[in-house]
Amino acid sequence: MPFIPHTEDDIAQMLAAIGARSIDELFDEIPAALRARGLGNIPSGLSELEVTRLMQDAAELDRPLRCFAGAGAYEHHIPAAVWQLVSRGEFYTAYTPYQAEASQGTLQLLYEYQSMVTALTAMDASNASLYDGASALAEAVLMAVRAHRKSKSKRILMPKSVHPHYRQVAHAIVKNQGIELVEIGYDPATGQIDQAQLKGFEGTDVTALVIPQPNFFGALEEVDTLTDWAHAHNMLVIGLVNPVALALLSPPGEWGETGADIVCGDGQPLGIPLSWGGPYFGFMCCKIEHVRQMPGRIIGRTVDTEGKPGFVLTLQAREQHIRRSKATSNICTNQGLMVTAATIHMSIMGAAGLEHAAGLCARNTQILVDKLSGIGLRPLFRGGRFHEVTIKLSQPVGPVLEKMAAHGILGGYDLKKHYPELGETLLVCATETKTEADLEAYVTALAQALQAS
Amino acid sequence: MSATPNNLKYTKSHEWVQSNADGTVTVGITDHAQELLGDIVFIELPETGAEYSANQDCAVVESVKAASDIYSPISGKITTVNESLSDSPEQVNQDAYGAGWIFKLQPSNPGELAALLSAADYAALIAAED
Repeated sequence: MPFIPHTEDDIAQMLAAIGARSIDELFDEIPAALRARGLGNIPSGLSELEVTRLMQDAAELDRPLRCFAGAGAYEHHIPAAVWQLVSRGEFYTAYTPYQAEASQGTLQLLYEYQSMVTALTAMDASNASLYDGASALAEAVLMAVRAHRKSKSKRILMPKSVHPHYRQVAHAIVKNQGIELVEIGYDPATGQIDQAQLKGFEGTDVTALVIPQPNFFGALEEVDTLTDWAHAHNMLVIGLVNPVALALLSPPGEWGETGADIVCGDGQPLGIPLSWGGPYFGFMCCKIEHVRQMPGRIIGRTVDTEGKPGFVLTLQAREQHIRRSKATSNICTNQGLMVTAATIHMSIMGAAGLEHAAGLCARNTQILVDKLSGIGLRPLFRGGRFHEVTIKLSQPVGPVLEKMAAHGILGGYDLKKHYPELGETLLVCATETKTEADLEAYVTALAQALQAS
Repeated sequence: MSATPNNLKYTKSHEWVQSNADGTVTVGITDHAQELLGDIVFIELPETGAEYSANQDCAVVESVKAASDIYSPISGKITTVNESLSDSPEQVNQDAYGAGWIFKLQPSNPGELAALLSAADYAALIAAED
């Protein structure tokens, strides 16, 4: 039964009113050659009973694996209270808080979220979130071009050590706006941004440098040196950061002499389950001098006519519902429910809890590295890391991962697709969710998988 | 009734233009424009030295209600911008034709000045809009 509220009579009346004979006639404008003739690979409809059975069968194929893969999405412990609270109707059904007098709860929550994210990043201002980390990076690039008015080149230095999917998304979004993403290689010994290559841009007009921390290989970049170098050569700095790592690392607002200018990243590690890839949320912060160029919603605290505190959407004049085509962005919104979860997650964890979890991530990853050296495997890159590490294998990564999966372990991420020059290299992640026994089981399974072939 | 001083030229997009003795022109938004916008909270000034053609957007005035583009009335190069508006944008509300000026321009084609509206033309335009 189609849940469409028009009766045949309603439709006939509407068609008569506009002088059309049929609904199909309304589409005559579209040339026949441009019309889709059905969806080739989609089978015909099924009954509810059949669909339920189909989905149950599919779900039974899905085996939970102990997850040692990161590569942009990270398994963390999420206190049970987080999603219990998020599921309350007041949060679950809340709509965009355009009407401040009816939306104080939602607005206050978003304000608290922004306060927590600015505390974590040591930046002045945060927006109310974006779709995900990749689109947040694209928005940060667009924002840098708007904010850095003295730079005319629209060139952004984009390290190859930034998540490959993020680079693809950023490229897709900015390529038709005359913005050039210049790829910067990595040092083959450390996996960090190749600073020798950066030197070649001194004295040229570059709009901004993207600094990932940690980078896609899990390596820590020399953020202070890079930030000061970029500022000395009239570039803005876009920090792309893991929010959990910030509980341990120096926040981007304190990088170098004056800090990063724009900061973005994916908020998934803050209380959002892996969920086969989404939904997640993106976060974005900036220095106050650039706040009018920041896309998306921003919540502010103010006082009403009686002097009572309240929360509102602020700086809305930049936004798409007012400024239309000249808005800071027409391809963004906030991820209200995910941000609700992140805010509750951060408030339950507290600063100390988050730091403790981050510390365990770093510790577990180091223990894993030590154990792997016991079977003769070493990190590909030397230098500092957070909770991810690249391991060079002597045989193809794909079949090794399949064998580990047969033992219930998701062994990591094969870097060959995006970094063929690295050969057979595995990207492994150990967060605070892993026990000593898990780490031991990982090493055993990997050793067996390597021996079996 | 908003003021439209006779010594100035005007545009349909509500800028005013004053010819200066040194050959530059001073540009701001009209009293009528500031009334429509309401309380002005921020002005994105053009860059000194930037060149614009006539009717090209070169600055943004943001009020509590809207953000509106300012268009360069004639072609030329920005020589000076009113930096004091960064801290006190409300000067545009208080004194649109004086302290609230936005930028000065060195015209590249002074002939374009002749095409601008007179005070009487502009007054008629805004009367027709109402």
